Amino acid sequence: MNWSWDFAWEILPELLRHFAEYTLVATVLGTAVAAALGLVFAVIRYLRIPLLAQVTTAFIEFIRSTPLLIQLFFLFFALPELGITLAPLVAGVTGLGVHYACYMADVYRSGIDAVPKGQWEASVALQLPQRITWQRVVLPQAIRNVLPALGNYAIAMFKETPFLAFIAVPELLRTAQTIGGNTFRYLEPFTMAGLIFLAASYPTALLLRRMERRLAAY
Amino acid sequence: MDGPPGLIDWIPNLLRGLGNTMLVTVFGTLLMLVLAVVLGLMARSPRIPVRGVARVVIEFFRGTSLPIQLFWLFYALPMVGFRLEPIVAGVVAFGLNYGAYGAEVVRGAINAVPKPQWEAATALNFSSWQRMTRVIWPQAIPLMIPAMNNLFIQLFKSTPLLFAISIADIMFMGESFRFAGGNSTAMYLLLMAIYFVIAYAVTFLMNLAEAAVKARLGQHEGVRSMFRTRKPVPQEVAP
Repeated sequence: MNWSWDFAWEILPELLRHFAEYTLVATVLGTAVAAALGLVFAVIRYLRIPLLAQVTTAFIEFIRSTPLLIQLFFLFFALPELGITLAPLVAGVTGLGVHYACYMADVYRSGIDAVPKGQWEASVALQLPQRITWQRVVLPQAIRNVLPALGNYAIAMFKETPFLAFIAVPELLRTAQTIGGNTFRYLEPFTMAGLIFLAASYPTALLLRRMERRLAAY
Repeated sequence: MDGPPGLIDWIPNLLRGLGNTMLVTVFGTLLMLVLAVVLGLMARSPRIPVRGVARVVIEFFRGTSLPIQLFWLFYALPMVGFRLEPIVAGVVAFGLNYGAYGAEVVRGAINAVPKPQWEAATALNFSSWQRMTRVIWPQAIPLMIPAMNNLFIQLFKSTPLLFAISIADIMFMGESFRFAGGNSTAMYLLLMAIYFVIAYAVTFLMNLAEAAVKARLGQHEGVRSMFRTRKPVPQEVAP
């Protein structure tokens, strides 16, 4: 069987629609969850809140050392046994978000560590309350420095969204598989799916590198 | 068998599955290392065509997602007349994908060896082979180990994908337990615990290896360094 451009063009709109509706949505929501939760983890560990900090550290190590796919299956197939049923996309976003939050927590930590000590001292000298010190002084500087690193994890997460296919989210990989199953042509759907990923991730990675260089110039 | 199976009944199945998982992990890692070194060296070649080929291969395999590469090898490649055994498809997909990431690690580590070391080797009239094998690589390898370890673990953590291409790996066995009516919460927790323990064992071995190669450079580390946990390195290492 040979490559057919006609067939490739015919299925492209459907692939792109599912890509936009599920793959991109899962990436954006997953990144939002990971960025927020990762920050919470980082601050808990930085403040060394007794017990909570240790539990967070253990949780982060555990999630980082176990496969995303099993975590997704746990959320989707095992939680209903415990009485919690999540929709496929909700389970997927939760799984991606929590998994990458554990990576982003370390990124935030390095960003917080890189804020000069003088900034903390100045906040004390100005009698700023703790909450304002974090909100207005430390975090804005910390987050700005780590934006490229966070972006790298967002791209990594984007490339792991095909894992959601296995918990019934009709994203790009699953759509390609469905088309292949219906038409008995697998070559074009999977090739187009790979090229769509490349076309989306490569320019984003280049942009991030530029951003990194510009931030490093200051 | 009567009633739903218990975890204990499934241990022989899980061990058989783990055998397949480890088989693909070991050969995938070997292929990854070979490709990482070849592509990493090509990517710093002074010849533009060589460097160009390496860059295209690296960016292609980093930019298209691993599950899609795996499915492409398994479903799409037979359409053009090449049928790979599922195990081979798994090894090739993991090797190519993580080899592309590994190439950036190799390139970065070699570039990070200080310039005077290169100049000193030239001044001492070393051949370029001697310079690489005696001076540059011994110093570059310790720099590579932490990032490579992250990739090993990433590769290992991707192996549950194998069940999707009909390999009877540990994930497949876990799923068959769920279909047989077993308690899936307990099974998934057990699977995660198995992955966790093996990932930690690999990290421990890599810490040992790092200490050994550093000792050869006269940088001795304490026993505590053995029990360091992994420092995550973002996958996309900027060039």
